[in-house]
Amino acid sequence: MPLIFVVILIAGYVKNVKVYDVFVENAREGLNTVLGILTSLIGLMVAIGVFRASGALDVIIYAAKPIASLLGIPSEALPLAFLRPISGSASLALVSDIMKNFGPDSFIGRVVSTMMGSTETIFYTLTVYYGSVGIKNIRHTLTAALIAEFVSVLVSVWACAFIFGT
Amino acid sequence: MLNYVWMGMLLIGFIIGGLNGRLEEVTQAAFNSSKSAVELSIGLIGVLCLWTGLMGVAEKSGLLNKLAYLVSPIIRLLFPQIPKKSPAIGAIVMNMAANFFGLGNAATPLGLKAMSELQKHNTVKDTASDSMIMFLILNASAIQLVPATIIALRASAGSTNPAEVIVPIWMASVAAATTGIIAVKLLGKKTDSHKRKMRLKNRRNNC
Repeated sequence: MPLIFVVILIAGYVKNVKVYDVFVENAREGLNTVLGILTSLIGLMVAIGVFRASGALDVIIYAAKPIASLLGIPSEALPLAFLRPISGSASLALVSDIMKNFGPDSFIGRVVSTMMGSTETIFYTLTVYYGSVGIKNIRHTLTAALIAEFVSVLVSVWACAFIFGT
Repeated sequence: MLNYVWMGMLLIGFIIGGLNGRLEEVTQAAFNSSKSAVELSIGLIGVLCLWTGLMGVAEKSGLLNKLAYLVSPIIRLLFPQIPKKSPAIGAIVMNMAANFFGLGNAATPLGLKAMSELQKHNTVKDTASDSMIMFLILNASAIQLVPATIIALRASAGSTNPAEVIVPIWMASVAAATTGIIAVKLLGKKTDSHKRKMRLKNRRNNC
């Protein structure tokens, strides 16, 4: 991590980049991202909060237990596997909810972090990219994307178990 | 789609909460969640700005271009249908590099540029070409040097080492990308042989 800092700063210095000015200018992008998702985050976290408080989430988690345990996935993480390809901000809200309940450094906390970081919001990418050039028949794109997503979920669990222990 | 999911979650929540006699808690949860969404966002701002700023420096200093140069042979290998001198290659490479550095705002326009270049080589305009499918799959697996959002999220949740998930994230996204590439190639072959069979059938019928 510190290595990335040093390499980037030295590369910038060597190329005569005004490192501080460029940093400040680009940091605004982070601010825009957060402001951009704030309202959807409020909406979605309220939905998840209501869903959890009513006991409905427990029903789903309980129902998912057999499939989850078959694949070795903690059953609390399974709803995220379904949500991740559909909505980025909804999965962010769910991950934050899970971390609050189990802690970011718990096994489940690490697994959902890894799941969140290792795939994209496939449906969004498909819609925007194909929509931009008017493609209607996407052939096997979705199948391949979902297979890849499934693998990333499994590897997330295994990698976390292997590196951190359960 | 999300409209239904969102409405469904709220309605089911309130109905089941009512049946369980937990309406009080459910209402409280709605207010608390909206508050914690704002707290979460404020917690995210610092770390996320730090990374996007730093990655901006990386881009300006030419690290992005250097990386693009390094991966271009791999890109050519994955997209055999694209002519060598096509501007599509450059756009794809820059899009992958921007994704790698987590420059989402830069990646999307470059990706759209790549799509419009790929569309020029596409023979059936309303159907995705093999190259387009490969490009989207590579975009879906999100290989990132520093997954800034998730690190920021973990930091704001009070993790003692927010960046410790970088290695498993790399492993999972590389595995996803590899599987995706294999899946695209295999599924593509299947549809190819299907097309060939159909063509043979048609020819036989014509005789």
